[in-house]
Amino acid sequence: MVTFQFVPYHEIEELGSARRVKKLLDIVKDEKIVLMQGRLKREEEADLIAISMEEIGDKFKGIELAVIYPQEKGTSGVKKLRNNFFNMLLGDRQGLTIVGPASIVKEIKKDPNKIELYTQEKNSKRKKRR
Amino acid sequence: MISAIKSVINKFLKNIFKKKKDIKLGLYGPPNGGKTTLANRICKDWLGEDMGAVSSIAHETREITIKEQISIKSKGKELSFNLVDTPGIATRIDYEDFVRAGMKEKHAKLRAKEATKGIIDAIKWLDEMDAVVIVLDATKDPYTQVNITIVGNLQARDIPVLIVANKSDLKKADIKRVQAAYPQYSVIGISAKYGHGVEEFYEALFDLVD
Repeated sequence: MVTFQFVPYHEIEELGSARRVKKLLDIVKDEKIVLMQGRLKREEEADLIAISMEEIGDKFKGIELAVIYPQEKGTSGVKKLRNNFFNMLLGDRQGLTIVGPASIVKEIKKDPNKIELYTQEKNSKRKKRR
Repeated sequence: MISAIKSVINKFLKNIFKKKKDIKLGLYGPPNGGKTTLANRICKDWLGEDMGAVSSIAHETREITIKEQISIKSKGKELSFNLVDTPGIATRIDYEDFVRAGMKEKHAKLRAKEATKGIIDAIKWLDEMDAVVIVLDATKDPYTQVNITIVGNLQARDIPVLIVANKSDLKKADIKRVQAAYPQYSVIGISAKYGHGVEEFYEALFDLVD
């Protein structure tokens, strides 16, 4: 059985970068797949990878990570500017971040508005569509 | 807004205090993209020697390696830089993958441990780079989150980026797919192993660093 845990953006918005990353990693180390509303900052994504590496041992093999983000093709300049402004003020709540333990998630493929998540168990395939 | 102002100030200070000869050119990318093969190509072409060992087993490069004072010349111009070869960035390391590739368990565990440290170092070194060449395997999916995270972090730090779609000699190589994935950057198709496209690559380095 695979367990998904939803993390709404309001649960991480007050946290500093280190605590955000720790919160997600704690869930993943508990062998659950995180579905987080929005996305981390780019530097936090790199921190997530680096801290995962520090945690690797006999049980924990790392993570699989994917972010799907709404395409801005066809969006007007004013709208993009407005979106960027709100993202700066309120955090980036758009899109979805998926983080799973490497021992369970074999691969996550993006296409780019569709995600295919392959689990290690019997190579079963689950699909999530947006 | 504050981070944007900080970034402009940092860039300004960097430019004041840095001499051109101190430019650090980093090779970044996922494991087995051909970073060290490209580093060896550059070093062979301009210094007459190799930089590091290459292997078909992932994570052969597990430490940051620096070759100082490489000078390349093209069309009357000269460019000097310190070349920094970095371990491939990955989100997972399992020593059993190395065992499956034929290594003994003890060596596989050591390799895995060194590889994790190498990835941490590669990420830490992002801040040190003046320009970066991202080396991707053109036969593989360019849209992976590791690639996107590397590109995004360089973008956030205002570090100039050139993308190399390596292994153009292989049938499965799809340079156009890499170009389509990163339309905001110059993407050069090369075969670091056989030297195809390296002249165009060297030309692009001048545009990247100058």
